[in-house]
Amino acid sequence: MKSGSKLKSAVCDTEVLLVKAPAEGVLSCGGAPMVAERGEKGTIDPAFSEGTKMGKRYTDATGSIEALCIKPGAGSLALNGVALHLKDAKPLPSSD
Amino acid sequence: MDISLLLKMAADAEPERIGLTCDGRNWTYAGLWAAATGAAVEIAKSGASHVALLDTGSEAAPIALIGAALAGVPYCPLNYRLADADLGALIARIEPAFIIGDVARVNKLAPGGKHTVLTRADFVKQAEAVAAPEREAGEGEGIAVQLFTSGTTAAPKAAILRHSNLVSYILGTVEFGGADPAEAALVSVPPYHIAGIAALLSSIYAMRRIILLPAFDPNVWIELAAKEKATNAFVVPTMLSRIVEALGDGSNMPDLSHLKAIAYGGGRMPVELLVRALDLFPNTGFTNAYGLTETSSTIALLGPDEHRAAHKSDDPKVLARLGSVGKPLPTVELEIRDEEGRILPPGEAGEIYVRGDQVSGEYRERSALLPGGWFPTRDAGYLDDEGYLFLSGRADDVIVRGGENISPGEIEDVLLAHPAIADAAAVGVPSTEWGEAVAVVIALKGEHPGEAEIKALIRDRLRSSRVPEKIMVVEALPYNEMGKLLRREVRRLLATG
Repeated sequence: MKSGSKLKSAVCDTEVLLVKAPAEGVLSCGGAPMVAERGEKGTIDPAFSEGTKMGKRYTDATGSIEALCIKPGAGSLALNGVALHLKDAKPLPSSD
Repeated sequence: MDISLLLKMAADAEPERIGLTCDGRNWTYAGLWAAATGAAVEIAKSGASHVALLDTGSEAAPIALIGAALAGVPYCPLNYRLADADLGALIARIEPAFIIGDVARVNKLAPGGKHTVLTRADFVKQAEAVAAPEREAGEGEGIAVQLFTSGTTAAPKAAILRHSNLVSYILGTVEFGGADPAEAALVSVPPYHIAGIAALLSSIYAMRRIILLPAFDPNVWIELAAKEKATNAFVVPTMLSRIVEALGDGSNMPDLSHLKAIAYGGGRMPVELLVRALDLFPNTGFTNAYGLTETSSTIALLGPDEHRAAHKSDDPKVLARLGSVGKPLPTVELEIRDEEGRILPPGEAGEIYVRGDQVSGEYRERSALLPGGWFPTRDAGYLDDEGYLFLSGRADDVIVRGGENISPGEIEDVLLAHPAIADAAAVGVPSTEWGEAVAVVIALKGEHPGEAEIKALIRDRLRSSRVPEKIMVVEALPYNEMGKLLRREVRRLLATG
């Protein structure tokens, strides 16, 4: 995986931008590895079906990955099979 | 990642939501995106190496900014207030360019140049005509924006900001779609200033409607803020000063109660002015933003709660924070270092160094980044023991008198507190005895207090080494149009006066 690249879910409409990516590992959505170009859509694994939300950032417990959702979908994200969670956004006052 | 993604996300999320109001016309996010994709087609066709805007703020600015990103060409807004010779030199540095705005002026300054030149209206019309909104956002890694520095000390440098710098800044500071539908930001900074670019990108990503005021005038600003029910605004100190002046004692103030946030930056804010503004806008949150072109805008900020706490405090240390630029962003590292590069403890002034993904520190000609990614800002300042950053001017402006470093700001603050002094600048002048000595230029708003009183004031409040050897009175101090004091002009006045 490479930070700055875009990945698509193979089973739903989700698309993410990798803001930060670990050198090794598999990012999946809806239980299936994410891909650069989507072919025929597969089925969502019910264990990963909470959905992704537009503009939200997802990360793991160690912060090794940060994925920005640029298109929402019905599947949810996992790194090496471990579900990612929403990154806490500390709101800053608008400065521009 | 590419800045075009920021607009694409807004257009995908809520295509019909109004993203921009300018000269009475509303633009939806889908409309802006479509025009930007069309602009990209025209820019690519022209073969230009830069996209330049020679114009006041309008819908053409975000369309050209995002269109240039999609075409993979740097966006380079130009300062239309520059004198012909200076502007001509900049236009020659970006040939062949795709230039939007003042066609007559470009033809006059660059006759025979290999440029593509269009008026604002023609640019927007063509962009809409060839729109290709189905395209994806780009994945460009290159240069998003090139800005010529204002050149207050030397010839303008071409600072460059990469897509990765600007995207990091926006993702690190703005929550996507975080604005509620009633929010609207009044943008009056010119498009060629980093604050003008940051205002567009931040507002688009927050999905906060942009109200563009093409040319700043305090009364028009007040009217527009009231009419459009602006909730946010960014101003430079000179603008705030003129707004406060126009509002007077506040008795004829229109309803500006929906204005919940005013951010300011881009120059030194006199504490007296800030206190008047806090009194006039008791329910508005003030944010002081400190940043540079080379850092993709804000790197430190003093938030609304900190302003109110300082304003109301009896503790001199807390009160003093009204003069601070706040704390570094969580995504930025900041250090104060001495001339040998050693990190200084709180309370000691030195040069401000920053590091972070949003920091470019790059110019066309060279990168100013040091090993490890640190950028020496050339701004001087110190941190207090709670981590609040105070600026004391440009590092180059520090007066070195007999080996002692003197910040012009401390002298200017004392002078400005005098009821008869309207404005003040302290600079170093050559001295055979000390190497450099302190000289001050002041503008008066009352009767001249006399040199002896001024010298005594500085001696009592600071110390004898700060006492000016020369005091000059002028009608007004020299500023550029963004309210930046032109210290080289102050030195010239002292040398000739």
